[in-house]
Amino acid sequence: MYKIVRKRELNPTVTQMEIEAPMVARKALPGQFIILRVSEEGERIPLTVAGCNKEEGTVKIIFQIVGSTTEQLNHKKEGEYIQDFVGPLGRATETEGRKRVCIVGGGVGNAIALPVAEEFHRLGANVTSIIGFRDKNLVILEDEFRACSDRVIMMTDDGSYGRHGNVTVPLKELLEAGETFDEVITIGPGIMMKFVVATVKPFNIPVTVSMNPIMIDGTGMCGGCRLTLNQNGKKVTKFACVDGPDFNGYEVDFDEAMSRGRMYFDFERHAHEATCNLYKKA
Amino acid sequence: MAINPKKHEMPSQDPKVRAHNFNEVTLGYAMQVAVEEAQRCLNCKNSPCVSGCPVNISIPEFIARIKESDFEGAYQVISRSSSLPAVCGRVCPQESQCESKCTLGVKFEPVGIGRLERFVADWHNANSKEQPVMPKQNGHKVAVVGSGPSGLTCAGDLAKKGYKVSVFEALHTAGGVLVYGIPEFRLPKAIVAKEVEGLKALGVDIETNVVIGKTLTIDELFEQGYEAVFVGSGAGLPKFMGIEGEALKGVYSANEFLTRSNLMKAYRDVVDTPIMKGGKVVVVGGGNVAMDAARTALRLGAEVTIVYRRSMAELPARREEVEHAEEEGIVFRLLNNPTKILGYNNPENPRDPKNGFVTGIECIRMELGEPDAKGRRRPIEVPGSEFTLECDTVIMALGTSPNPLIKDTTKGLEVNDHGGIIVNEDALTSRQGVYAGGDAVTGAATVILAMGAGKNAARAIDEYLMGEER
Repeated sequence: MYKIVRKRELNPTVTQMEIEAPMVARKALPGQFIILRVSEEGERIPLTVAGCNKEEGTVKIIFQIVGSTTEQLNHKKEGEYIQDFVGPLGRATETEGRKRVCIVGGGVGNAIALPVAEEFHRLGANVTSIIGFRDKNLVILEDEFRACSDRVIMMTDDGSYGRHGNVTVPLKELLEAGETFDEVITIGPGIMMKFVVATVKPFNIPVTVSMNPIMIDGTGMCGGCRLTLNQNGKKVTKFACVDGPDFNGYEVDFDEAMSRGRMYFDFERHAHEATCNLYKKA
Repeated sequence: MAINPKKHEMPSQDPKVRAHNFNEVTLGYAMQVAVEEAQRCLNCKNSPCVSGCPVNISIPEFIARIKESDFEGAYQVISRSSSLPAVCGRVCPQESQCESKCTLGVKFEPVGIGRLERFVADWHNANSKEQPVMPKQNGHKVAVVGSGPSGLTCAGDLAKKGYKVSVFEALHTAGGVLVYGIPEFRLPKAIVAKEVEGLKALGVDIETNVVIGKTLTIDELFEQGYEAVFVGSGAGLPKFMGIEGEALKGVYSANEFLTRSNLMKAYRDVVDTPIMKGGKVVVVGGGNVAMDAARTALRLGAEVTIVYRRSMAELPARREEVEHAEEEGIVFRLLNNPTKILGYNNPENPRDPKNGFVTGIECIRMELGEPDAKGRRRPIEVPGSEFTLECDTVIMALGTSPNPLIKDTTKGLEVNDHGGIIVNEDALTSRQGVYAGGDAVTGAATVILAMGAGKNAARAIDEYLMGEER
């Protein structure tokens, strides 16, 4: 069992928890993920590590309440325990040799983008962060991004905070104005990452994307997290749990990945409703 | 007394009933039947059956005890050689091992050795009051990576010799393939849990949720004071065919489908893990894993077809599993090979929720040609014979390739072209103090072979550490 040491609501649908897991905290690097199970009947879900405190032995996770499992997790209180917590899994984000980077995050993906931005900042790179949200109420981690970025461009879809529009708008402006980066790193919904890749492509800058497919074991056994890469005209199957979760954005088949992500859409919607009804009754 | 030419039949659930539940298919011998079956054993001098057993159980000796109704005595004989008799009595391919060498089998059906082993183990589990005694500790620490059959066996053997053993398991439950791979109806999980409890009583620590190669590396295990490490991390990533449509929704690897049902219990309504239930399911492959996936899908309410590119004679699954599958109503389409998986696509509406789901599988008929290097006749496509099977789910059961996590994080650990860890006859890898066995070495094989490897490694580790002491 793993203790929830601290819990904080970042916005009405996004929660941050710090979980006591010293073995994971000692090892976790930006870009890696953990798998947790809330209860004995629970499913295994992957969540990217949002930071860790090695001295205290805690790992920070940030999750959006989208389904039954995240709903159950959100009902856990500070001081309570979750059943299982394993990691760190996957490969860490590559940082070597990057002097100027642009981090493009969307929604709850910003929670994962932040430790990557912090790591680049720590290594002395120049960091531009373009962070997008649906509206002002959903903005998270703004202060933290400002603390580790040389420049922050805040975007909201409805213009209620920062600039109006999606993240590709300022990205394109910067690139067209002659701005150069060693790498663009994008983390967020599949459709956003797909368009970030398309935006950067004409400028010949490497783009790394962080994929978040359906997973079970997360250790290279079940193959559920497979995705297709187009490498020099050849289709190659890769597994996000052991080969990723970071991939070369130019190679990823986003349409396929997004479609696969919706495999249990109906099941999840019903399960979430059922869970919400249970909590209402209680 | 004339010898009964046939084995005593194994009582089992009616196929029509069991096709709708996950309870164990076979029910085990009653006491009297076990004694009568034991009496078929000729107790021949040269005991050829023992040479057919990968862990060399003293078979005629335990059968002799059954004849005398000394069932606990029989159990003690088996447990000298095997750590997991209740498991092996159920999942070992006895027909190609011990029973294939049985003298009685020359003229009649061989002695039902596997059924007797299972009877003895179940009798012990139900009746024995004896608590395992923690052996005297010898002060040496050994780490075991993975809690599948090879790891559990290695841990058990070392613990009995007085070693302090820690088993590291990546998943949340111990048992490895016995838990995530083999279904409840073939191997009840309570039996696996009981075996694991038995090891704990011997002083073995089981640390779940630790991924060696990630949470800890092998080098760190040595830093923590472990003097030897056994790697039994099992098989790895599932293979796919590389045909069009394998990324469609509704295409599973057998590993994923079975893990959802067995480990995550998706067949029970109260759990959170989803699985595609019902409809029409096509399973591709002919091994034991394909049979397990097919029979699981059937129990989840599906009409199931197995597609295999060779004929019944080449089907690698155990005969008993194939017969069970046929009895339960699974259709075998042999000498057929998939060429592409078809999916729904509404060109009018890209947001149609049915888009991207499997609708069928296109196959081509095959004929058997000349034998290949292994002597199996090679299947050849019959040009123009493509046809389509309608289905909602496709399960690919084509084997696995070794897991890269340990290889990638352990300097100096040599692997072969297939990614399997290279070991010598003493299960020693290219790294001092690091031993390996089971599927991580051989690629996908059987439970008993993995157990044999774990046993061999335990012996070698003992010699290595005790040799140092002397």
